[in-house]
Amino acid sequence: MDFLNNYIYYIGAFGLFFIGLYTMLIKKNLIKIIIGLTLLDSGIYLFFVAVGYLHKGTAPIISGHSPASEKMVDPVPQALILTAIVIGVSILALALSLAVKLYQHYHTLNIKNIKELKW
Amino acid sequence: MRKIISILLLFILTAGFTLCLLDIPFGEQKTKVGNYYINNGARETGAANIVTSVVVNYRGFDTLGEITILFTAAIGLAAVLGHPKKNKDPQPKEPASLIVYTGYRILFPFMLLFGAYIFIHGHLTPGGGFQGGAVIASAFILMYMSSKDKKINPTAVKIIESLAGLTFVGTAAAALTLGRPFLSNFMPKGEFMTLLSAGIIPVIYIAVGFKVGAEFSGIIHDLTGGN
Repeated sequence: MDFLNNYIYYIGAFGLFFIGLYTMLIKKNLIKIIIGLTLLDSGIYLFFVAVGYLHKGTAPIISGHSPASEKMVDPVPQALILTAIVIGVSILALALSLAVKLYQHYHTLNIKNIKELKW
Repeated sequence: MRKIISILLLFILTAGFTLCLLDIPFGEQKTKVGNYYINNGARETGAANIVTSVVVNYRGFDTLGEITILFTAAIGLAAVLGHPKKNKDPQPKEPASLIVYTGYRILFPFMLLFGAYIFIHGHLTPGGGFQGGAVIASAFILMYMSSKDKKINPTAVKIIESLAGLTFVGTAAAALTLGRPFLSNFMPKGEFMTLLSAGIIPVIYIAVGFKVGAEFSGIIHDLTGGN
């Protein structure tokens, strides 16, 4: 139980990461592969924020009433993830646009039927 | 076969990650740099939200780079999708239901206002340019979902985006004329925890908010079929 208390956030984050990776490796449909990519992204965001967490820490925002001795969680991972989420969305949009173009050209989203993707 | 190899790969990765993660304690003090920002961030930058002071001030170069990535992705998306050919007989679009349309008409200005509130108060409350821009873009998603004729003006979006980017770089470069390093906080810090405080941080975050909002709206416009 103690182990779960300590590591549940890591387990959740990497569970999401592995679900995303599995989806990307197994699925044949391009849209599903892109969904896997975003799941993998979310796992990494969760992991970063979990690493910055502090027991009984507050959000790293100074409000007039908080005493100076109060503990705050690490602001650096939050700042990194803040921008990473936006980048993730733009990557998702770019991937979707490529999927749209592939569908217009081959009339299928199944990567098995797109011969030029094989190597 | 492919499935077995993939699952095997995942197991190897799981074992590796588990070994690494067991050495990272959860919920304990880890980094010195985070403590430095917490203890000195408010005094050095004048922003009550320490995450904002890290994003815009301490790691301003990083934010500039990420804005550039966002810009490149939007350009790439527009280049990939290009100008869609006009369909000979386009399927007639179904109008959205009355509920969605009425909801759009009532909520749209408030969503824009809320987005603007989030990025103007980025240095005081949770929020900032990226979040506010995303809220504004969600207002435009609602617009595209609810009505079939309303469209944003792509030229105006590009102009807003460019002006916001120029504001960011210009504010950062203005410090050079005063003999200070690029992106240093040269404006007066003002009174702590008021709207007009923290020097260049609100200026840059408002520019980021406009840029992210305009870029996401442009992406939505391109993805829904463009012109």
